[in-house]
Amino acid sequence: MAEAANLHAAAPERARTGGEGSELSRAKVRSALLFLAPMVVVLFLVAGWPLIRTIWFSFTDASLSDIGNYGFVGVDNFYNSEWGGLLSDANWWTAVWNTLYFTFVSVSLETVLGMIVALALNVKFPGRGWVRAAILIPWAIPTIVSAKMWGWMLHDQFGMLNDLGMTLGLLAEPVAWTASPDTAMLAVIIVDVWKTTPFMALLILAGLQMLPSDCYEAARVDGVHPVRVFFKVTLPLVYPAVMVAVIFRALDSLRIFDLIYVLTSNSQDTMTMSVYARQQLVDFQDVGYGSAASTMLFLIIAALTLATITIGKVKLGGDPR
Amino acid sequence: MSHWSLPSKLGFVVLLAAIAIFAVFPFYYAIVSSTKAPSELFDVTYLPGFDFTNYAAVFREQPFARNIFNSVFVAVVVVVLSLGLGVTAAFALGRVHFRGRGALLLTVLSVSMFPQVAVLSGMFELIRALGVYNSLTGLILANLILTLPFTVWVLTTFMRELPKELEEAAYVDGATPLIVVRKVFLPIMGPALATTGLLAFIAAWNEFLFALTFTLSNEMRTVPVAIALITGASQYELPWGNIMAASVIVTVPLIVLVLIFQRKIVSGLTAGAVKG
Repeated sequence: MAEAANLHAAAPERARTGGEGSELSRAKVRSALLFLAPMVVVLFLVAGWPLIRTIWFSFTDASLSDIGNYGFVGVDNFYNSEWGGLLSDANWWTAVWNTLYFTFVSVSLETVLGMIVALALNVKFPGRGWVRAAILIPWAIPTIVSAKMWGWMLHDQFGMLNDLGMTLGLLAEPVAWTASPDTAMLAVIIVDVWKTTPFMALLILAGLQMLPSDCYEAARVDGVHPVRVFFKVTLPLVYPAVMVAVIFRALDSLRIFDLIYVLTSNSQDTMTMSVYARQQLVDFQDVGYGSAASTMLFLIIAALTLATITIGKVKLGGDPR
Repeated sequence: MSHWSLPSKLGFVVLLAAIAIFAVFPFYYAIVSSTKAPSELFDVTYLPGFDFTNYAAVFREQPFARNIFNSVFVAVVVVVLSLGLGVTAAFALGRVHFRGRGALLLTVLSVSMFPQVAVLSGMFELIRALGVYNSLTGLILANLILTLPFTVWVLTTFMRELPKELEEAAYVDGATPLIVVRKVFLPIMGPALATTGLLAFIAAWNEFLFALTFTLSNEMRTVPVAIALITGASQYELPWGNIMAASVIVTVPLIVLVLIFQRKIVSGLTAGAVKG
């Protein structure tokens, strides 16, 4: 019965002969395919087709004002000897670097902080439900709202962070957090860490709560130092859950748009691949070139996803019972 | 923690307090700022006032009630469509053996990894071609790419963990698969549908990129876009009081929902991620 997850496309004719071959199982497979059809059609319409068109547009000189009227330009949007193309655009490479830097720093911070929060919430203490509810609040707040709330707190003239920093003597003068090239990326990372550490913490906590408690009892009876217990027992056991959370967060960070668009708008210091692609596509109306950037982002994320699935042996889409 | 020493206990309490304050403070400060009179906004204080000028101004200066309606309408329709398409698909993917099922699940999962911007120009063309640019229909269509994959994924995970005997008796009695879904599965899927529905609602409610790109007029904007585009007399005079008031208005219902359903949300998130 248990078929390994096979990577061939669904073939209705062959599917009929699958299962036990009885009239009932054939009827089940028939209706299963019928049940799947609407979902598959809608998913193709909203995901497959637009993706195919975006990739197609990346080989054209289409413009947003007249999207139906375009010519085929080959790989000119990616590379050409005349004006360079995407691959020789320094701004694009800045956006690539910003995205990778943002992803690496924010996901690392979120993992460490998320682990600390998860460990704290894994201890039984009175009022644990309240603390867990409190950390769900940043997760529940819409990204745009988070960006505006922090934008106000980080305001250069009237922000409470500058006020607090100067009152406590930590800051000599007000800092233009979101506008200054030195701090803009830092501001974005702070807000992202605030917003998504709860997600990380909850996923790690779910992993922690599945661990057997007897190893801990044994370690405690033997008087092993808690820090040693963490690195020798907890971390290896919870590692798979942490890795899944890290991969989800990293793939999410690589496509970040909302937060940066609202907090620092089109500033070159924080521009990521998504922000760059949308600016070309919508602000500059250059659908061909913007689609080329979108396609590159898609390829980068697809390559990283494939790499993590193969290298990390993360089992995705395993066979249902 | 009963066997802990006093310093460890104290340290732990400080850690918990730091976590809770860091999590809650920004929203608290938004409430504080939104309830100040516009003239007092620029003095940093930490206690809320009782001035609701900003709240009135939000509704007066833009069609904010209409924006809220748009967001609710889009999110509700997206949830209903995703659950409807998701339940039948999850039944097929979770309860029936057929070739290509693994590949199909993998495809569905990979769609949820798509960067939104990668479908932006194709989606723009589609929405133009269907004549639904600057309309809620267009936004509903676009939002399905965010909600459908994980709805299918989470519901499939849920379905395949139910015991096998569940539908067998019904089949023996001559029920068709459609009746099995309606009479056997739907009644016990309430909690799973509530969780996935809520997560889909939040995803659609928070969606920004499509709503920003596929709408043009103030009346068609959803709440996130409306808040992002609140402007003052000049670029340098953003009406922060209004922005904070609008932020509080749209966030409070969400926080209430999340706190009520917190256990379900946590299990839904982990079903969507860890069990993958």
